[in-house]
Amino acid sequence: MSVPFALLGLLEREPSHGYDLKREYDSLFGRDKPVPFGQVYATLARLARDGNVVPGESEPGSGPERKQFTITPTGRHNFDQWLSEPIEPEPHLQTVLFIKVVLSLILGRSAQHYLDIQRASHLQRMRELTDRKRHDGLVDALLADHGLFHLEADLRWIDVTAARLSQLALEVGS
Amino acid sequence: MSPRAREEGTIIQATDVTYQFGETPALRGANLSIVDGEILAVMGPSGSGKSTLLHCLAGILVPRSGEIYFDGDRLDTMNDDERSELRRRAFGFVFQFGQLVPELTAQENVALPLLLGGMRRRDALERASGWFERLQLTGMELRRSGELSGGQAQRVALARGLVTRPRVLFADEPTGSLDSLTGEVVMDLLVGAAREDGTTVVLVTHEPRVAAYADREVVVRDGVVTSLLTGATTA
Repeated sequence: MSVPFALLGLLEREPSHGYDLKREYDSLFGRDKPVPFGQVYATLARLARDGNVVPGESEPGSGPERKQFTITPTGRHNFDQWLSEPIEPEPHLQTVLFIKVVLSLILGRSAQHYLDIQRASHLQRMRELTDRKRHDGLVDALLADHGLFHLEADLRWIDVTAARLSQLALEVGS
Repeated sequence: MSPRAREEGTIIQATDVTYQFGETPALRGANLSIVDGEILAVMGPSGSGKSTLLHCLAGILVPRSGEIYFDGDRLDTMNDDERSELRRRAFGFVFQFGQLVPELTAQENVALPLLLGGMRRRDALERASGWFERLQLTGMELRRSGELSGGQAQRVALARGLVTRPRVLFADEPTGSLDSLTGEVVMDLLVGAAREDGTTVVLVTHEPRVAAYADREVVVRDGVVTSLLTGATTA
């Protein structure tokens, strides 16, 4: 889960309020999925409990949302460590795509049909991302590219699998 | 004329098209309907017949059987001269390797289809020069193909394909020799120009990232066109 570290990273730049953090998070990372206010405050409370941030004094007329949070040396250290660690390479070798193909073959259903509609669905999503990329800014393009390259990898797998279906059917014993 | 050829908005209609190279069948009854103004990606594995299909639709190859209509006119029964004339008048082409004439400047290369169509040299060069700004090639007018980068040469080739304002642009792996980023620039410009001018594009590619610039895709497998439903899922 990267929300706590993303918030910590934003706080490393400058102390901030929960409300501003949410807005900044959404504009940078929350394209299709804005982070709920509740999650921001709960995350900040956990970060404070673990000594990664300290809340300032409540400001006049305030609810909890008017507190300013500041990153601590511990928070800085933890953030640095997180930032420099590689993430676990994906995907794991148990994709739903793979399971659907094998089950289709074992059960004598049309794996080709499944691959065809999956292919169409992938390309449709690629069209949407390409369109977004052509009309939005570079940050969006960067994110869209990440999606496009992953979808393309799936599509290559789909094509290679489609070309080997009869051979695969023999191996899985349908 | 087949009734389907007159279908509203259809610019190219191919019915049961077959083609053979010697004894080897390349197309075995391909059917395809292309809507005026759309950008269509034709995908498929190597050797599936996708380039052969493009060449038949563009009147470069004559199918062994079947019918092809362009804008209501039957294309496959035209003689060589009529097909050449149609290609010059209504079609533009871009191939994988720009295939610029090395002895000519970039501007002369772009002007070439206009000159072949009988336009005066000065007018042709002037019309060609307008494309250099449009395809972000300003300053490249007098360079020869050896003095252009791969991406620049391909944009010159694209300008040459579009300079006659063709009804249909046939693009066969137009980014095939370029890296991803350069290919993207070419596709952006190609799609942008085609949309602005209402040009229909038939785009042969095996790259999904290139096909994603199109409005829809068809897949050629073993010489037959498969049209896929889009957006369908089994979730």
